[in-house]
Amino acid sequence: MSGGLAADLFEPYGFEFFRNGTVVAVVAGALCGLLGVFVILRGMSYIGHGLSHAVFGGAAASAVMNFNYFIGAGLWGVVSGVLIGRIARRRILGADAAIGVVTTASFAIGLALLNRYGQAKRSIEAVLFGSVLGVKTGDIVAVAIVSLLAVGVIVVGYRHLLFSTFDPEVASVSGVRVSVMEVTLMVMLSLTILVTMRVIGTLLISALLVIPAATTRMLTSRFSRMLWLSPVIGASGAFLGMNLAYHTDTSAAAMIIIVCATAFTGVYFASGVRGKRRSAALGHL
Amino acid sequence: MNLRPVTDDRLVSCHHLSCAYGDNVVVSDVTFDVERGEFVGIVGPSGSGKTTLLRAILGMAKPAHGEVTTRKDVRLGYVPQVESVDWNFPVKVLEVIVMTRAQRRVLPRITPAERRDANDMLERIGLGGLGDRHIRELSGGQQQRVFIARALFHNPDLLVLDEPTTGVDVRTRHEVLHLLADLHREGISVLLTTHDLNGLAAHLPRLVCLNREIIADGSPREVLVPDVLERLYGAPMYVLEHGGMPVVLDHTEGVVVEPLRPRAV
Repeated sequence: MSGGLAADLFEPYGFEFFRNGTVVAVVAGALCGLLGVFVILRGMSYIGHGLSHAVFGGAAASAVMNFNYFIGAGLWGVVSGVLIGRIARRRILGADAAIGVVTTASFAIGLALLNRYGQAKRSIEAVLFGSVLGVKTGDIVAVAIVSLLAVGVIVVGYRHLLFSTFDPEVASVSGVRVSVMEVTLMVMLSLTILVTMRVIGTLLISALLVIPAATTRMLTSRFSRMLWLSPVIGASGAFLGMNLAYHTDTSAAAMIIIVCATAFTGVYFASGVRGKRRSAALGHL
Repeated sequence: MNLRPVTDDRLVSCHHLSCAYGDNVVVSDVTFDVERGEFVGIVGPSGSGKTTLLRAILGMAKPAHGEVTTRKDVRLGYVPQVESVDWNFPVKVLEVIVMTRAQRRVLPRITPAERRDANDMLERIGLGGLGDRHIRELSGGQQQRVFIARALFHNPDLLVLDEPTTGVDVRTRHEVLHLLADLHREGISVLLTTHDLNGLAAHLPRLVCLNREIIADGSPREVLVPDVLERLYGAPMYVLEHGGMPVVLDHTEGVVVEPLRPRAV
């Protein structure tokens, strides 16, 4: 490798915003990859998509009221997630309809606030499309705390989470508190979306929750292996995407998702019949 | 016909139990007990409330009226229908077996003792050496056995099975029936639902005939009779005897059954 090329590759690391953005993106990619395993195996992909839209409402309200983003949007997201779970569990509406009602209403409230109070427009755009420019130390701390929390919850609750994901009815009869597991996952998902949204953006975050885990599913039939491989793919995609975005002068969020989607496509075609059969099992994606 | 004597060996008691989905009552005023050491089948047509009754016993469906009481500290081992789970889920047979011990251990790793116990269980039900297989690689009968092994791993007092022979071939049905009979002989109480009168129900010691309410409760010889079956299924049915066991036929008007004769060569 020539010195000029190496210098070019390392050039963005001279900027603090890029270093901060890369750290948050890589940790966010790993975190989304980890929770994404549960998202795809539980058929919750649409929930991830919907929750990110719901959190947008909270982010808009927080910005307009000059309220702390993490507290305002976080509470909004957690309440939305729990509400979706409750509506879906009553079985009057299907989970997809419950998500459609709660999250689009939340998104609409965010848009209405945006229109009414235009001065919040800039920060709202960052929430919608993501921005590495606005990443601060607080964002790094937040994503690190949520990641540690997620790892802790999954290690301690591994068996309960596995059982309630595979066979919730029998898990319930066997003494596993399935509803507690559901709420725990929804809260973790909301917190993940909350702390990663500023880099990835509302509109693309669900892709980072789904693609690394779906790619991993084609590579292995072991649940425990998925739990470390999916974060590795998510983090690698985020790292590559950040660097490519800088050198091609494109959106970091978009490039991260493009890198992950390219990996998915490559694995899909390279993994042969077995991998395709596994991915076919994810028909609910 | 529900005149069974009350004893202290009851594992589960349904007392004037009714269950409903909205205004639609699917189980009405059901009273019956399952005692320790019994092998009971709940039979009835599709939509007769069998699964709902089972769900109420397991605590998964809330009674609209009446109550379900279980013996203190009774352990229930539930075997759902095979179709109820995603068999492409990324787990091995051994991991499925130890799932029911989720309450006893927090950390993910399967301990050597658990592995040994799970392998012993697999040997016991005829699946020895398959612990490291992915669950998708098993046949329908083997998948059913894995579910039964998982329930047994919980050391249940009562094994509860929902339609254990639905969607399986004749050979698998025989395997499941023999396995359950063996387990019953070993002292495990069994309660199951089935709509398979000849293949499964006729072989059980006690049948509860359910069509929203209990139509009859007794041995196959007592309840598999035309009068009860017509009330149960809402259509005339016939009962023959073969090898000392009742064989149920549905409406055979216009069909002449003749003994088979050897063909001339």
